[in-house]
Amino acid sequence: MIALMVNGREHAVDVEPDTPLLWVLRDTIGLTGTKFGCGIAACGACTVIINGRAVRSCTFPVSSAVGAAITTIEGLAKDNVLHPVQQAWIDQQVPQCGYCQSGMIMAVAALLDGHPSPTDEEIDAGITNICRCGTFARVRRAIHAVGHK
Amino acid sequence: MPSVTSRPGRARKWTRRAFIGAGTVAGGGFVLGVAGLALAPNRLEAKNDGQLNTWITVTPDSLVTILIPHCEMGQGAQTALAMMAAEEIGADWAHVRIREAPALDAYANEYVIRAFADVPVPGSMTRGFDYGTYRIARWFGLQVTGGSSAVRGTGVYGMAVAGAAAREMLIGAAARRFGVSPSECEARDSRIVHRASGRSATFGELASDAARLPVPTRPALKQSDSYTIRRTARPRLDIPSKVDGSAVYGIDFTMPGMLYAAVEIAPVPGGKLVSVDTAPAQSMPGVKRVVRLTEAVAVVADSYWRARKALAALKPEFDDAGHGDVSTATIFNAFDKSLGAAPDMPAGAARVVKADYRVPFLAHATMEPMSCTVRVEGDRAEVWAGVQDPLNGRATAAKALGIRQANVQYHNLLLGGGFGRKLPGLHDFIDMGARIAKAISPAPVKMIWSRENDIQHDYYRPAAMARFAGALDATGAPIAVRSRYAGGGDGESTFLAYAIPAKSATSGDAAHPIRTGPWRSVLNSQHGFFKESFVDELAHAAKKDPYRFRRDLLSDQPRFRAALDKAVEMAGWGSSLPEREGRGIALCESFGTIVAQVAHVAVSPEGRLHVKTVYCAVDCGDVVNTDSAAAQAEGGVVFGLSAALVGEITIDHGRVVQRNFRDYQMIRLADAPEIPVEFIRSDARLGGMGEPCVPPVAAAVANAIFAATGIRVRDLPVKNHDLSRA
Repeated sequence: MIALMVNGREHAVDVEPDTPLLWVLRDTIGLTGTKFGCGIAACGACTVIINGRAVRSCTFPVSSAVGAAITTIEGLAKDNVLHPVQQAWIDQQVPQCGYCQSGMIMAVAALLDGHPSPTDEEIDAGITNICRCGTFARVRRAIHAVGHK
Repeated sequence: MPSVTSRPGRARKWTRRAFIGAGTVAGGGFVLGVAGLALAPNRLEAKNDGQLNTWITVTPDSLVTILIPHCEMGQGAQTALAMMAAEEIGADWAHVRIREAPALDAYANEYVIRAFADVPVPGSMTRGFDYGTYRIARWFGLQVTGGSSAVRGTGVYGMAVAGAAAREMLIGAAARRFGVSPSECEARDSRIVHRASGRSATFGELASDAARLPVPTRPALKQSDSYTIRRTARPRLDIPSKVDGSAVYGIDFTMPGMLYAAVEIAPVPGGKLVSVDTAPAQSMPGVKRVVRLTEAVAVVADSYWRARKALAALKPEFDDAGHGDVSTATIFNAFDKSLGAAPDMPAGAARVVKADYRVPFLAHATMEPMSCTVRVEGDRAEVWAGVQDPLNGRATAAKALGIRQANVQYHNLLLGGGFGRKLPGLHDFIDMGARIAKAISPAPVKMIWSRENDIQHDYYRPAAMARFAGALDATGAPIAVRSRYAGGGDGESTFLAYAIPAKSATSGDAAHPIRTGPWRSVLNSQHGFFKESFVDELAHAAKKDPYRFRRDLLSDQPRFRAALDKAVEMAGWGSSLPEREGRGIALCESFGTIVAQVAHVAVSPEGRLHVKTVYCAVDCGDVVNTDSAAAQAEGGVVFGLSAALVGEITIDHGRVVQRNFRDYQMIRLADAPEIPVEFIRSDARLGGMGEPCVPPVAAAVANAIFAATGIRVRDLPVKNHDLSRA
């Protein structure tokens, strides 16, 4: 059994230690908001926050997450109040198909933790997730909207 | 759906082919249904299983629920369709809900097209079918979301008329209650108001009375200048669930006892599984079964990760179906040969310009890899997936299992991107998932394709090649443009709006075994690049400004000209730019929408390209949801830009070379330009919005690169070109 702390709740999971965290979150714990996109940490659809840092969970072995605070998209809102990034995503009508947006939102939330008002250059360097629908202009707009609050 | 008691006797024929019916919902609500030829009036009778072709229900709480026969893949069509119905019924938008129609024949788009094609409606809506609608009509019987058809087909011919009919019945009920004439009443914010006295009643209060009234045969649509919902920006109804992880996509479905499948597929198209030693996988933890399919091997396990790991332990052998020597080079060599000599030009031409253009295969690469869950029990099956055509998803599963379609229950879930990959005929992943499920029946199994499966087993945007010749007279006016193309094309995609005395585009072709299919904008992304690049070359040969050159040829095409003028105005065309920066223009019509784009690029001395801005002027007739229409334009530009700059699928030894996002590239946030979008309200028939902003992008960018550097990019992607010289 492996003990995980996900969104403030403890879970004991019976999986091989090399299992990527992504599949433990989705298939074992049942948190399907975190998405599978590529399996090689290239697209960011599976991004979660581990101890404050954005991590691409499709290549992150579950054994490395033991003892860490893991936050998924389902745990980003606090006391039923959306995280400012989530609210900005609604205000700016960012998502289209929406599939990449859980990972995008998690990556942005982590970026804003370290850079509360990021420059365009910091956004370019920090947000490398793929969005196939092409929502990038709105992603940038929404990041700036949060940053300026 | 609540049980329904309807009174088919009240159903009136609108035309010989369509009718509308109304009835009461248990609990006092009102249901208004529209049906077509395949539903006899008696089929409108109450059924507890809810198989009524319902469009709109109004319940006693005044909630208006609109059933949408199109899936939502991010294009905002469900919200736009609901806006069209809500506008006509006079609803308070805050009290409108949408539901996606289940995969039943009753919701097939066919009926939408047939039902309303010849209903008299005011103004521009009577103009009938355009090419895209015709294409949908060809898919009769399919519940398709594609061809940018939702708003202009279902919306114009279905939603608006159904909403108007419901409004007239609610007004009729109110007029009786108030003892006044219906003409003295109006619908506003989900109430019917008697203008003179100010008396009013809510939709909910009137719903059951309304249901007892005769159904109007020709409901009058609102005049567009009185719109309060259409032409505004309404938040999309699907977005809140997409920011908190609660939205359920095809890949997210789960059920007790569900197993997982991972697959390896014959790498060469048409290839078959020759042999596989299943032992290495079978001894691995959690593995339930190794399933041999004709063209693949599947490992079924109690978790997806275990299935993947066990699959990696196998060394299946596949044959190459005789295609082992096919490569990108052999395909383009065959294209080249099939095109023959450049088209003949008039003898008296002062100047002749010739050019060849090429574009590669492209994968759709939807962010959600192909996946589905299937449970087979005896001669019945259930399927959960997200596709652009649920009815075809159902038919595909039935065929794979050799059972009747009626025995397949299909549940459509959200799509993590479509772009054409999940259209009818392309549901290979459902076919595969169903066969795996049959092998392990009765356990339900979720098959998930790896990204490698997805990139290597797509129905690719066809690679294509075109050979152009054009002639200018002594004044620099074009007198002929002729082209031959290979890799697919049609009248719409090769259409040149410009007034040129001699124009033609003819197909040469050369078959190849690579699977191809519609890719956002279908044939228009290839031909948009070809024709708008060549027109640009002609302009330069004529020593004319590319904008002026085009504009002078559009005096008979006011909509094209207006779009061109608007894009140029937005871009500040003609103002001076720094060294190695340039603007390029392109103009395309597709799916009934005309789009002009100006790309502004900068090319560093080292050859690094930066697309700074793509200005986008769009004439889609009129806009329903202004914000989601702009989002489609922005997304279309990015999709087209990925293709123009970096997208490329190549073939070697019959196999797709690229495997994942590391070698099949697309642009990221850092590369994404600013995309100002402006709409032109021409009041032409509604055009599509999902696709038409893709086709001009590549030509606009290539033309801008030429303006910046003098380098003419005639084959894509741009990344293959050295832009550092010149």
